[in-house]
Formats: sequence, C-alpha cells, structure tokens
Amino acid sequence: MAIIVIEVMPKKELLDPAGKAVLGAFHRQGMSDFREVRIGKRFELHVEGDVTDAHREKAKTLAEDLLSNGVIEDIVDIRVEDSPA
Amino acid sequence: MKVGVVTFPGSLDDRDALRAIRLAGGEPVALWHGEHDLRGVDALVLPGGFSYGDYLRCGAIAAHSPIMAEVIEAAHKGMPVLGICNGFQMLVETGLLPGGLIRNDHGDFICRDQKLRVENTDTPWTSGYREGQEITIPLKNGEGGFIADEETLKRIEGENLVTFRYVEVNPNGSLHDIAGLRNDTGKIVGLMPHPEHAVESGFGPDTAQAMKSGTDGLVMFQSLLRQVMAA
Repeated sequence: MAIIVIEVMPKKELLDPAGKAVLGAFHRQGMSDFREVRIGKRFELHVEGDVTDAHREKAKTLAEDLLSNGVIEDIVDIRVEDSPA
Repeated sequence: MKVGVVTFPGSLDDRDALRAIRLAGGEPVALWHGEHDLRGVDALVLPGGFSYGDYLRCGAIAAHSPIMAEVIEAAHKGMPVLGICNGFQMLVETGLLPGGLIRNDHGDFICRDQKLRVENTDTPWTSGYREGQEITIPLKNGEGGFIADEETLKRIEGENLVTFRYVEVNPNGSLHDIAGLRNDTGKIVGLMPHPEHAVESGFGPDTAQAMKSGTDGLVMFQSLLRQVMAA
C-alpha cells in the first residue's frame, strides 16, 4: 500500500504567526539554537492498491485547487510513500 | 427585496445577518450551504463564524461547498455579495476578492469595538456612508491579517479597491491597514469587522452618547436596499 504525500508551507516572504509563537516557547525554555520555526501541513492521500498516474494527476489538481491557497502558501512537495501500516 | 444569508456548518452570525437585513427593511432569506438553490434572492450575505471548523484554511472548505457554485455564478453576473469575517475569507478563497487572510500577527484572537474609515462609497453596500466617514463596529477574529504580494497591493490601491481601513489600531497586522475590500465592479465587498452586530441601539458598540447605542453597521444593509430600490 502506498500514500501520496502533499506538503504545503506558508510562503517564505510571509509572516508565520503560528511558527513565531512556537519559537517564543523555545526561547521561554531557554532554547536559543534555532533562529526560526515555520509550520506547514502534510496531507496523506490513501489509495486502494497501487498509486497510478491518474492518482498523481488528481492529487496535483487537488493540491492546487483545495489543499493550498497560492496567495499565501506554496506546495513544496508531492511524492509517493509507503503507507505507514 | 430578498437578501439571502448562507448558513454553513459552523456559521455563527447568520441569525444576526438575517436580523440586520430585517431591521434595514429587507426580506431576509435563510439559505443552506448544501443546496444548489438561491431561492430567488436579489443579494447575498456570507456570514461570519468558523465554517467547517476553519479546518484546512479559514473559509476554504466553505468556498467549495455546493451552494458556492451558484453564489460564484450570481456574483459574476453582478449580484451584490457581502462577505463578513468568515464570509470575507470565503470570498478571497474563491478568488472573487484579491489577497489572503492569515493568523493575526500577534497570534491572539481579538474582540473589540473597532474604528474604521469608509474609503469607498461606490458600492451597493457603502453608498449610504460619506467618503472618509469613520464608523465603529465590532471586530472579532483570530485570522484577520490581510496580506497580498506587492503587485496585488499596488493594484488594490491603484484601482481604489480598499473599502474599509482600520483607524487608530491595526488589530491584526493587516497590510496597509486594510479591513475590507471591493471587487472591480464594487458589487462584491468583504470585510473582517461585523456590521451586523451594530444595527440596533442597546446591542451595539458604546458611543459618546450612550452605552451600546452604536448602529453604524445598519447603514451597510440600508445602502443595499436603497440602491436596489432606486435602480
């Protein structure tokens, strides 16, 4: 079994307030090793059987039309992975 | 005049929007997200709330719900559409209005009576205001930060699409203090603050005259009714 993984991140040039809040938590724990935290999304599309080109094509369309908003986010990766059980 | 208000799962302010339309003298019509039927309305309000739990992105799943096919078609044909808060987020998600809305820059939900400047009265929703008039209506959001790339911002400002701008306090980090926008025809307007919560004395923001007496939001709904009746 395989899954299609889609990763979406907020655009680099935009402020990521959620990531900034997490960085604040790092600092409150005395952790200063990391300069920035950015929070994105990982979608797993589960397929019955093998992933076909048609699945990939549909996943790409969904990623662009629904799963991300090109005004504020970038799709950073669409790939096939083994299903985590 | 019939004005429809679409209820989505997680809408909060649909009842208030229906009430605002009634108080302004219109006939409110409740619409349901799962249907493909606008029930013959003359204008539409997309209300505030947290449609579909705001999962994925605010307004994103609602923007793909069944009734939105009819909403988008009607909007393209020139039907006046007002998006309030979550409704504004839906309008940017459908691309009917430019830009995007992200989490407030300070990271917190904010609820306050917010002063705005009416920047554009050339819309069916704002024609009853004076250009530059300052109004106060409630604002309540966690993800109201308006953003757009440089080029889009230039176009928004150049084409005079900014309809409302935050005054004194920018509550969420919106670029250029943008609180609300219109499309190029002016028929479609979206804003983060809530005009429908300032339509009846006793239940609105405080004013210099009396507590909770602010009704600055009512003009938005009256503008629509007056405009359509005059046409």
